[in-house]
Amino acid sequence: MTVETYPWAPGFVAGDRPRIVTSRFEHEDSHTLERYMATGGYEGLRAALAKPAAEVHEQVRGSTLLGRGGAGFPAGVKWGLTPEGVYPRYLVVNGDESEPGTYKDRLLMERDPHQLIEGCLIACYAAGLSRCFLYIRGEMALAQERVATALNEAYAAGLVGRDILGSGFGVDIVLHWGAGAYVVGEETALIESLEGNRGMPRLKPPFFPAAIGLYGKPTIVNNVETLSNLPFIAANGAEAYTAIGTETSPGTRMVAVSGHVRRPGVYEIVNGTTTFRDLLYGEEFCGGIRDGNELKAFVPGGGSAPWFLPDQLDLPFEGRQVGAAGSMLGSGAIMVMDSTTDIPAAALTLTRFYAHESCGKCVPCREGGTWLMRVLERVVAGEGTTDDLDLLLEVGQSICPGDMPHASSEALGLEATPFPYKMTTICFVGPSAYVPVHSALTLFRSEFEERVAPSRSRTRIPVVAVGGGQ
Amino acid sequence: MSRFSAENLTLAREIVSRYPRPKSAVIPLLHLAQEQEGWISEEAMREIAELVGVTPAEVRGTGTFYEMFHFEPIGRYLLNICGTMSCALMGAGELMHAAEEELGVRAGGTTDDGLITLHGAECQAACTEAPCLQVNYRYRFRVTPDGVRQLIADLRSGALSDEIPPHGTLATVRQHIPSDRAVGAVDPDVDTAPPAWIPVTVEGASS
Repeated sequence: MTVETYPWAPGFVAGDRPRIVTSRFEHEDSHTLERYMATGGYEGLRAALAKPAAEVHEQVRGSTLLGRGGAGFPAGVKWGLTPEGVYPRYLVVNGDESEPGTYKDRLLMERDPHQLIEGCLIACYAAGLSRCFLYIRGEMALAQERVATALNEAYAAGLVGRDILGSGFGVDIVLHWGAGAYVVGEETALIESLEGNRGMPRLKPPFFPAAIGLYGKPTIVNNVETLSNLPFIAANGAEAYTAIGTETSPGTRMVAVSGHVRRPGVYEIVNGTTTFRDLLYGEEFCGGIRDGNELKAFVPGGGSAPWFLPDQLDLPFEGRQVGAAGSMLGSGAIMVMDSTTDIPAAALTLTRFYAHESCGKCVPCREGGTWLMRVLERVVAGEGTTDDLDLLLEVGQSICPGDMPHASSEALGLEATPFPYKMTTICFVGPSAYVPVHSALTLFRSEFEERVAPSRSRTRIPVVAVGGGQ
Repeated sequence: MSRFSAENLTLAREIVSRYPRPKSAVIPLLHLAQEQEGWISEEAMREIAELVGVTPAEVRGTGTFYEMFHFEPIGRYLLNICGTMSCALMGAGELMHAAEEELGVRAGGTTDDGLITLHGAECQAACTEAPCLQVNYRYRFRVTPDGVRQLIADLRSGALSDEIPPHGTLATVRQHIPSDRAVGAVDPDVDTAPPAWIPVTVEGASS
């Protein structure tokens, strides 16, 4: 067993396991064209350009590469949803990573920008996309700098732009920075932002971006990690990719594990087979809970995901099984809470985030998120009443009507309710404000009850929902 | 306050030309204005509106949606302390207290000398290196309260002025698309032919 870290890639932890997207991280100069070329760079693009575009598309479909942004939709299938014969078509790269707990796209952009660029080119070639916009989160100055430098190098080397490698295939990649808005990670909001508007999601269905997207044209929105897998698939074939991982979740995945563990880090893991116990306790991963404490709960898939208990530790990091157990893998981020954690206060940090990031388009999210936050703040401050706990669930029901997914608990005698939930909003920001409240209240109700006073004579304390978070 | 410098005006036109529709350049140009002045003035928004062919109100409408744009002067250094879950679990609250105490301002405020603006921030995508903060969007990882005090002392003494450019500057390298290599941005309603590498005769080749 080996564990390696590199001072030039803070947070990343390498081990003795297959590496697809982080294969160059051990090199300090992995972001340069020189190193990229010396380590098989742009071989995937060459292999792709030697085949008809449809064949490359078929190869990606055959790899069952799942989108890494959160929804986990197969990339090859997504590309095929564009209406036949309608052009131009665009590629929009979602590098607006901001889900709480998540970071892997930032590392991929900082450490291996050429891999991403090569992935963009392969996608554009395969799906007939004639212009690419690479949208990087505004707060990521180093990633912007690395990708800009790599693009300048690639243009100068004839790898991007007109007539790439003399093949007749040509596409521009335009670098674009965001300016601080979580909701823009939602693909239709990203498109709005790229059109120069407020980043508010578009109503869908009926029209998904693959049909009507940027400038009203067919648009594929793919995540940075998704695209970073394409050079490997194009160079080595779909079989080499599906040989790693499981049938439903092939390849590898980047997972960030943070919070109360001994060795928090970003790990590239084998998809579908690695369990949460491996990740949290394995010596090659996090090595257990800090200070020898007990695990209390963990968020398995980014801040939007319903929480898990130690009961769920033996589940593999695999979408369907995690969904059946009441949560989701989302963007590949685990946040760990040990026995010292103040659960209502921890839930508040997430609810505050989503309330703050509401774009204001859908009423249940705009009003409900802030309302949840204010009631929860009152409870955490010890100023709430038992009625407030019911009020939290009632407000939540107006965002997510019906059964909410949650984990099973042997101690509480709870059966799991599977993912997903129903929602009254266009996107997941509103429900995500409620998810931590619901998880915490369902799995740790006694911690809330200890904090609140019995209800007063007045049955409801009026709450005035004003303003945004901070 | 002032309009784009001659150099930035050239750059602004180059940026606009990359997009099939000019309004797409609103956010990049707001960043450029903020890089030049440290914040975004009414006049800057009027100029951006002229450059992309929309009204100043539309520029403001877009700009005010985004957290990173400031429409009044702020400190030379923007200190953003993350307070979302992983950082909160690892002691972000203490960092904020230390910073508030050291600076003598509450989150959201600017020091009297105009040097440092303190903000509570949401997840900065460095959760394994918690608690973390950014100064003008440059990271500091696994920060302790003493580390924050030292950082503030270094900002005050000018020890970091080479490493951290003034507020408004993000990447210090810009993309430049050489004209002889560019495919070019075409009006999506004009050029509706399949791209050259997609054979039109093959059924389903592109679907």
